[in-house]
Amino acid sequence: MTRIPLRPLAHILRARENGENPDVIERENIRARHEAMHDKSRLRSEGRLLVLGVFFFCVFIVIGVRMGTLAASEPREPSVAATGAHIAAGRADILDRNGRILATNLTTHALYAQPPIMIDKERAARELAAIFPDLDEKTLVRQFSGPRKFIWVRKKISPEQMQAVHDIGDPGLLFGPREMRLYPNGRLAAHILGGASFGREGVESAEVIGVAGVEKTFDDYLRDPALDGQPLQLSIDMTIQAAAREVLYGGMKLMNAKGAAAVLMDVHTGEVISMVSLPDFDPNTRPRVLIEGDASDSPLFNRAVQGVYELGSVFKIFAAAQALDIGLVNPSTMVNTKGPLRWGKYRIRDFHNYGPQLSMTDVVVKSSNIGTAHVAMQIGAKRQREFLGSLGLLEATSIELIEAPGAKPLLPPKWSELSTMTISYGHGLSASPLHLASAYASILNGGFRVKPTLQRQNGKRLGDTVVSERTSSQMRSILRQVVVRGTASFGEVEGYAVGGKTGTADKPKPRGGYYKEKVIATFASVFPAHDPKYVLVVTLDEPVETSGSKPRRTAGWTSVPVAAEMIRRIAPLLGLRPEVEPVQPTGVTLTSN
Amino acid sequence: MRSFFYVISALTVIGLAFWAYQENYKTQRSIKDVSMLQHQIGASRERLSVLRAEWAYLNRPERLRELTEINYDRLGLLPLSPEQFGKIDQVSFPTPDFVPIVNPVDVSAELEDAQ
Repeated sequence: MTRIPLRPLAHILRARENGENPDVIERENIRARHEAMHDKSRLRSEGRLLVLGVFFFCVFIVIGVRMGTLAASEPREPSVAATGAHIAAGRADILDRNGRILATNLTTHALYAQPPIMIDKERAARELAAIFPDLDEKTLVRQFSGPRKFIWVRKKISPEQMQAVHDIGDPGLLFGPREMRLYPNGRLAAHILGGASFGREGVESAEVIGVAGVEKTFDDYLRDPALDGQPLQLSIDMTIQAAAREVLYGGMKLMNAKGAAAVLMDVHTGEVISMVSLPDFDPNTRPRVLIEGDASDSPLFNRAVQGVYELGSVFKIFAAAQALDIGLVNPSTMVNTKGPLRWGKYRIRDFHNYGPQLSMTDVVVKSSNIGTAHVAMQIGAKRQREFLGSLGLLEATSIELIEAPGAKPLLPPKWSELSTMTISYGHGLSASPLHLASAYASILNGGFRVKPTLQRQNGKRLGDTVVSERTSSQMRSILRQVVVRGTASFGEVEGYAVGGKTGTADKPKPRGGYYKEKVIATFASVFPAHDPKYVLVVTLDEPVETSGSKPRRTAGWTSVPVAAEMIRRIAPLLGLRPEVEPVQPTGVTLTSN
Repeated sequence: MRSFFYVISALTVIGLAFWAYQENYKTQRSIKDVSMLQHQIGASRERLSVLRAEWAYLNRPERLRELTEINYDRLGLLPLSPEQFGKIDQVSFPTPDFVPIVNPVDVSAELEDAQ
């Protein structure tokens, strides 16, 4: 680059000759040089801006095009990614507490017809009716010749039926893949599982939705794709459920009952190990809901959860436990049992006359209504209500079944003194066998409230204190006495120290009053009584035992033998070793008169 | 010198192009393999779930009970009962099989008795 001198000698000399200031020339030159430099740097900056502009333009174009293609293209599963989170499309399995399958999926096909492309409609209809006996040939012909272009013929078909339909060879009969819910154990645990059906349906797939039981309660969990098909584990033990159902079914037939329910619960965790309600149904082919008549006659009705009944004398232990806990009585306090007890126009009677007085223990052992009513009057309506509330007997159970919130106990409209007396021996308050099982578990496990659950738990799950440890152990010893020398003498199972309380309640008529010949017989038991592990409640609906000269309906003759047989069968399966009952400590020696 | 560099870089470009071509085909083959394997895995999973369902169906307690009843003569199976629980001290110690003594040794006590 040629550099122009700031003070060119020729110009300076000439200026001096003319008498001008030579510095003007220098300043002029400096200015010109600065201008040139300025022009140059501006040109360079403009060039840089242009390059940057082009760069950003290209980047925006690339991003824009990419966004456009992503938005417009069909979604696709990444096939090249080495490891990625799986997305499970199927409904998750349901397992029992030992991991055995209670509900799973099976791939089958649905059959549909497209009449416009069918060749011989009459023949197709005839052959279809031959394959599926429940389809009507005339209806099919009418459907195929109607204006519809798409008809579902069957929702689920077996591979053999599919082959038979293939053999018809009509191009208008087509198949769509289907996920089908399968309950391999059939009727076992039917009320717990509920059932499933199809929700929205397309040709290529259909959603499987739960319609009852845990299938509906845990519908979101089972269908959550993010959980990757992680199975739902229940607290039910399949082996024990099967044994309990077999024994209960036999017992129901033997005692000529029209229905039966059994609940086996862990006293410490509230886990329901087995819950049976008979009659039951096959969840694979769930029967229709009854449109008319009594809902409790339907096999869909879960007696253990939905059946709120007046359960009778099994409620006596609540009055006894409360009286012991607040120090009104001790097990040997004498209670007035002189009858009949009059209250206004009502009279309370006992099954037999038990004399003028009985000890608190014997009131429960011999099941005296009058004695219990006297104790309840001492407790008072308010405290009784609070105590029953703390046991969960005044609200629906929190078990994870969709039917549970609807099964609220029936309370008296006004909790009067008469109600206090009748509720103390189990009349006037209706509760389900599950309510009873959790209330028994709460009192007998050492006095901690347990809530029934169907999900497998790890470790104890104890709630608030309901009664003291001392009361709990006194109640266990009283219940043991009931079996040893009281109304439940058939309940003795050698080696398992069963304790329990019977309850026989007349069934209420739909229009008021009570049936004379129809009862609900309940036996609520705990075993082993000295170290409680499980609570078992067995309820028979309208049982009658006819081996004697006249029919017997009391729980001691009906529910108790069934429960004892059930304990004999399931206690070894639960891993309980038969043991010799420890001798009563001398402090709580029990006396009887 | 300069032409040498030209030749070297041209050869490098040819080499890289050849390598990239090969890698491209290898990758495509791998992707094909992967999608085939995933298809197989999917089919196997489906088969597995069918087998599991079948296993559960064949092992349902109802059927097992019927089978034990049918085969009672051969198997003699009965429901588990409380009497079947035992204690470890009810089990007798195994009797060891004694090895026959072939060359007995005289012990000192016997020798003393003999004297």
